Amino acid sequence: MRFSFLNVARNAFTGNRNWPEQWRSPEPKPAYDAVIVGGGGHGLGTAYYLAKEHGLRNIAVVEKGWIGGGNTGRNTTIIRSNYLWEQSEAIYELAVKLWETLSHELNYNVMYSPRGVMMLAHTVHDIQVFKRHIHANRLAGIDNEWLTPDEAKAFCPPLNIGPTMRYPVLGAALQRRGGTARHDAVAWGYARAASALGVDIIQNCEVTGIRRDASGAVEGVDTARGFIRAPKVGVVAAGHTSVLMQMAGVRMPIESYPLQALVSEPLKPVFPCVVMSNTVHAYISQSDKGELVIGAGTDAYTSYSQTGGLHISTHTVDAICDLFPIFRRLRMMRNWGGIVDVTPDRSPIIGKTPVSGLFVNCGWGTGGFKATPGSAYVFAATIARGEPHPIAAPFTLERFTTGDLIDEAAAAAVAH
Amino acid sequence: MLLIPCPYCHTERPESEFHYGGEAHIARPSDPTHLSDAEWAEFLYMRNNPKGLHVERWRHIHGCGRFFNAIRHTVDDRILQTYPAGAPRPDTDTLVDRSGE
Repeated sequence: MRFSFLNVARNAFTGNRNWPEQWRSPEPKPAYDAVIVGGGGHGLGTAYYLAKEHGLRNIAVVEKGWIGGGNTGRNTTIIRSNYLWEQSEAIYELAVKLWETLSHELNYNVMYSPRGVMMLAHTVHDIQVFKRHIHANRLAGIDNEWLTPDEAKAFCPPLNIGPTMRYPVLGAALQRRGGTARHDAVAWGYARAASALGVDIIQNCEVTGIRRDASGAVEGVDTARGFIRAPKVGVVAAGHTSVLMQMAGVRMPIESYPLQALVSEPLKPVFPCVVMSNTVHAYISQSDKGELVIGAGTDAYTSYSQTGGLHISTHTVDAICDLFPIFRRLRMMRNWGGIVDVTPDRSPIIGKTPVSGLFVNCGWGTGGFKATPGSAYVFAATIARGEPHPIAAPFTLERFTTGDLIDEAAAAAVAH
Repeated sequence: MLLIPCPYCHTERPESEFHYGGEAHIARPSDPTHLSDAEWAEFLYMRNNPKGLHVERWRHIHGCGRFFNAIRHTVDDRILQTYPAGAPRPDTDTLVDRSGE
């Protein structure tokens, strides 16, 4: 079933009772050509590109809970590609280019909205770092521009640029092609498109073990619904990567932290863009439902609790009230946490592992949503060919042994 | 916010008095010049990151200022035990038994 004006009209006349299911829920087969562990945006996207670009149709996505119920449905949906290093620019910019056509590609409205991502500078150091980013990005063909405080205020009228702030706004870096997308729709759109190409999406099916044969190569995965044989297994499990890779005997340079977000009560359209601030540490945008979507920092300690401490989000709301005094009397409606997989250099790990047939895509830390299409695209190519896609090639697991790190810790544009 | 018992001050204090110090009992190499790249990677970057009992360092920065170790369950964030830095790592298997898990 394709979404079209005709289809929408026809279903409207029948009370919208006859829409078919958007993806199949089959029983797992005993064997597949490849199994993807993790039904978030990155995993579902990987399955979609494996089927569409590489002709691998006999594959499954195995998900412990429900698709998009992990970090894909828990993030603040910000999309941007203004990273410092060439390796990062390549993968995040690939993602932005795929975002631009993703709704058409999937025939599913992911509500990609390039409304602009503005990053505020509050110190001399911020100004120097942001200008360095702007120059690096422009050399790489990525849009990024410097705004004065008045220009920032014109771009985002609720912004406080007064001199009495604790950390006055001294300027801003603006990526106009940055923006937001609807995170649930990304998971659903990829699931629907992958399912239509023959991919089995198996929910409520936790992986409990990764089996290896006598030579050490991957044999398949033990799941809550039995053993599934597969010569290729791709682990795309964000915060649970260490736990899964441990099942195959692979140690990971990852620590899992809770990262919180919160939303306010819904308002009429008041906030036209995305604003981020490292120094006072907050990021904010307004969803199409009208809620202000606010992101906080990670908790200090590793945890799998999907909640996080209230003092972390309180600190963020303090910063929001300082930056946007008009929101001071706003009530917050919900807050929640996701478990993010943080690497020592704050760059992802995409590619092969010491175990033959086992691939991993993880380490996206606090900023994985924006990369979803690009990450899925290069990871699918890596699994299909058994060799890293050129854009994925620098993001190896071996870099922590060779020392060839991609250090975005200071450059990832948000303080962690 | 966690409530953390400081093993030096013998009081339970809010998390905001403390600073997290990462995984505990990672010994600095005694002979750094003879370490292989793989051994450096293990020391610098590889971490247990368990979903379960985690042995970790904390520092009571707004109290006694001293480092100590804690054993915390990373699913419910419950702290089962704290003990002074330098003390041997407790057997986490017996801790699980005592807490009835």
